Amino acid sequence: MTFAAMLPILALLSSLLAAMIIFALPETSHRARTIINLLAALLKLLFVVIMTWGVFRGMTFSVGFTMLPGATFLLRADALAMLFAGLSALLWLFTTVYAVGYLEDSPNRSRFFGFFSLCVASTMGIALAGNLFTFFLFYEMLTLSTYPLVVHRGTAKSLRAGSNYLCYTLGGGAVLLLGIAWLHGLMGELPFRETGHFQDSDPATHLSLTIIFVLLIAGLGVKAALFPLHGWLPRAMVAPAPVSALLHAVAVVKAGAFGIVRVVYDIYGIEFSAVLGLLQPLAWLAAFTILYGSLRALYQSDLKRRLAFSTVSQVSYIILGTTLFGPLGTVGGLVHLLHQGIMKITLFFCAGNYAETLGVHRIDELDGAGARMPATSVAFTLAALGMIGLPPLAGFITKWTLGLGALAANMEWAIVVLLLSSLLNAGYFLPIVYRLWFRPQRMAWPRERRWGRLETHPWLLWPPLITVTLTVLVGLLAAAPGSPLSWARLVAVRMYLP
Amino acid sequence: MDGLAVTFVLLTATVATACGLHAGVYLDAARPWQRYFWPLFWFLWAGLNGVWLGADLFNLYVGLELTSLAAVGLVALGGRAPALRASLRYLLAALLGSLLYLLGVALLYGQFGTLSLADIAALVQGPLPGAGLALLLMVLGLALKTALFPLHGWLPPAHGVAKSPVSALLSALVVKASFYVAARLWLDLGAELGSLALAQAVGAAGATAVMVGSWQAQRQQQLKQVVAWSSIAQIGYLFLLFPLTFEVAAPVSLQAQQGITLQVISHALAKAAMFLAAGNLILAVRSRRVDALSGVSRFLPFSLFSFGLAGVSLMGLPPSGGFAAKWLLLQASLASGQWWWVVVLLLGGLLAAGYVFRIYRASFQEAGDNDDFYHPPRTLEAIPMILALLALGLGLVAAPVLSIMALPFDAVPAVLESVP
Repeated sequence: MTFAAMLPILALLSSLLAAMIIFALPETSHRARTIINLLAALLKLLFVVIMTWGVFRGMTFSVGFTMLPGATFLLRADALAMLFAGLSALLWLFTTVYAVGYLEDSPNRSRFFGFFSLCVASTMGIALAGNLFTFFLFYEMLTLSTYPLVVHRGTAKSLRAGSNYLCYTLGGGAVLLLGIAWLHGLMGELPFRETGHFQDSDPATHLSLTIIFVLLIAGLGVKAALFPLHGWLPRAMVAPAPVSALLHAVAVVKAGAFGIVRVVYDIYGIEFSAVLGLLQPLAWLAAFTILYGSLRALYQSDLKRRLAFSTVSQVSYIILGTTLFGPLGTVGGLVHLLHQGIMKITLFFCAGNYAETLGVHRIDELDGAGARMPATSVAFTLAALGMIGLPPLAGFITKWTLGLGALAANMEWAIVVLLLSSLLNAGYFLPIVYRLWFRPQRMAWPRERRWGRLETHPWLLWPPLITVTLTVLVGLLAAAPGSPLSWARLVAVRMYLP
Repeated sequence: MDGLAVTFVLLTATVATACGLHAGVYLDAARPWQRYFWPLFWFLWAGLNGVWLGADLFNLYVGLELTSLAAVGLVALGGRAPALRASLRYLLAALLGSLLYLLGVALLYGQFGTLSLADIAALVQGPLPGAGLALLLMVLGLALKTALFPLHGWLPPAHGVAKSPVSALLSALVVKASFYVAARLWLDLGAELGSLALAQAVGAAGATAVMVGSWQAQRQQQLKQVVAWSSIAQIGYLFLLFPLTFEVAAPVSLQAQQGITLQVISHALAKAAMFLAAGNLILAVRSRRVDALSGVSRFLPFSLFSFGLAGVSLMGLPPSGGFAAKWLLLQASLASGQWWWVVVLLLGGLLAAGYVFRIYRASFQEAGDNDDFYHPPRTLEAIPMILALLALGLGLVAAPVLSIMALPFDAVPAVLESVP
């Protein structure tokens, strides 16, 4: 096996092996665990960077074997895969650092970091999967490895949230499996291909293909938190902050959105999806979810719950972009996969900092927190402004590109949705920013902890500062080579101009 | 002897060795009844091998009887009242099943003058009323011995009260023996002597078993009862072999047979792992109840993890052997247009998740103030983990396993070529 074929396997193994070692480590060996975590994260990032460079040069890394009669386990690194793999490798590094700081002195850390690594291994598998069968393997592995993280605290509330999470995701998984198995029986094995597979398919199969499409989207929509399948997401907020960050920014919701992108572009093909008339309803659903999530976010008084509903809304931008027929829409959707990731992870890191340092969970308790924790609050403010779509931050690039895409696709109504959603975003983010900076502190912090000169634990402080810097940079340097936008362009070019 | 028989002999060797090693540590050597375990254990192993390798109907009967009697003896070990009651019920069910089977054998012998399965299969040309009845009786008797719904009443008490290594052997191997005979009969004689109604009825009984078994597993208060009821559900899947191989295209039938074979193997490994792990958990908390498990996730994470990995296979989630089986059965159901089994397969997986995660919920609970746990020896913890990992890894290597062992049955070479 050549080194090139080994790379996808190495990227997977780096966190899989880390998980095994961490499970085997005794609970008390904190230092060894931290070193293994960071080493694995750095190694994975290295492998992903090498693969990304190769893909940019026009290479494709792929490796596979027959797992079942007629079904292949296939790992394949193409441009789209690297978009997601890059996101998860990068953000995993920061989240690991954050989690080490966050979970200091708490019990069950061995279990936590073991499943944490498994979770990232699944995400990497989802990114690199070369066909729907392999995708499904990792998609279910993700469900199983996130459950222990959601219920980590072991309280009655978190166990309930965990059961709820399982009901949604395993149910979605069953529907997805039905879709995949049916498609497999009907059309045989279909590796992901940039232009899709069904342009010349027999019209007699179109009805079945339509039903299968609905099944696949419904199965994936659970994790992508599409309305009305989003119910688990706000409830899963009882998980520790790094888990929420990972769930929202990288792993679970993104896995769903990424799956939808794969199905629409690499299985059905964007043109064929349009011919079947499947894009319009999906676009409407995405648009509705965008507005619905934002509206619900307005009424949440708990900071993490507000962020959760904001995720419901923001992830659907990706799906909306996917359904806008035309390269610009595609670029807008894909770039938001990355942009939403770095902005949302910043927000959750900050929310975690407020909770850990000040004991603040509710929005009305945040009055004056800007003076006490200026660095965290700057990060939060910038990320929130980015979400609203203020130029030149990351969110603006997304919304601008999506708007252009909607114009090009003659779907002007989508622009109205974008504008309305931006207003709503402002409606639920600006009051928080206002409270942070312009309101005096009302009362003593519920549960304050001090860390010398710094406003909080250094391992909690650096990750949001780095990710917020990225939020600014990807916006400012959007046109530079190597930026998320230019990578999304590269993917779109390969999709539309085979 | 064919690939299937060899596979099952190997499987038996693996699981029995694991259970034997486990029992060596687990069973209290000071107890007087302990010395009865080993002879019965070896009888059981011999009987099972007799079944896997038997080529004529009477030898199969002898193998089955030997297996059943040894199994009944193992359940009765210890001699407490519940164990004796359960073993007596088990004995009655096993004997009744054998009787029905023997009646069928006699009918076939009267008609064809031979006991060799291969000869009878060659002689049967078209449906014969007497032979049809014989097949029906044999399938019925074997279904009783396999605990197919609604003939399952004897299994949960027997598997629930037995010592953990014994439960593991019973669930993993003993019920498979009678199923194996039924499957051989069906695949050799079913096409001529069976009927669509019989095939669908057996399938429906299996489907009901999946639902009822999983539902009951959800409601049990005792940990081992949960696992025992889960066996009823998992056995139900096996009987989908009947409808999925009856009057369907050869590749579809092959797919179904491969799926069922994988289900037998992965359930054997996973269920043995689960019973042994459950035994460890019971040792640790000194109670058989599910709600006594709170906090055990901190003290016995390793055994709990084995339990969970075995559960992954039972739920049919990737990459386990259970998933591979489910995938092949889904393909076979869709290809033969019998979509109703698809519903069973998908729903069954979700229900299984229900009872597996119930155990997890109970053990993740941090409310309990019980900090007094017994730590079982390392060996006891390692064995279920190995079995669970085998069940999990089976899915990844399912294709090589199926092709190396030339599974299943003496499949026509042409068919093998068309399905790579």
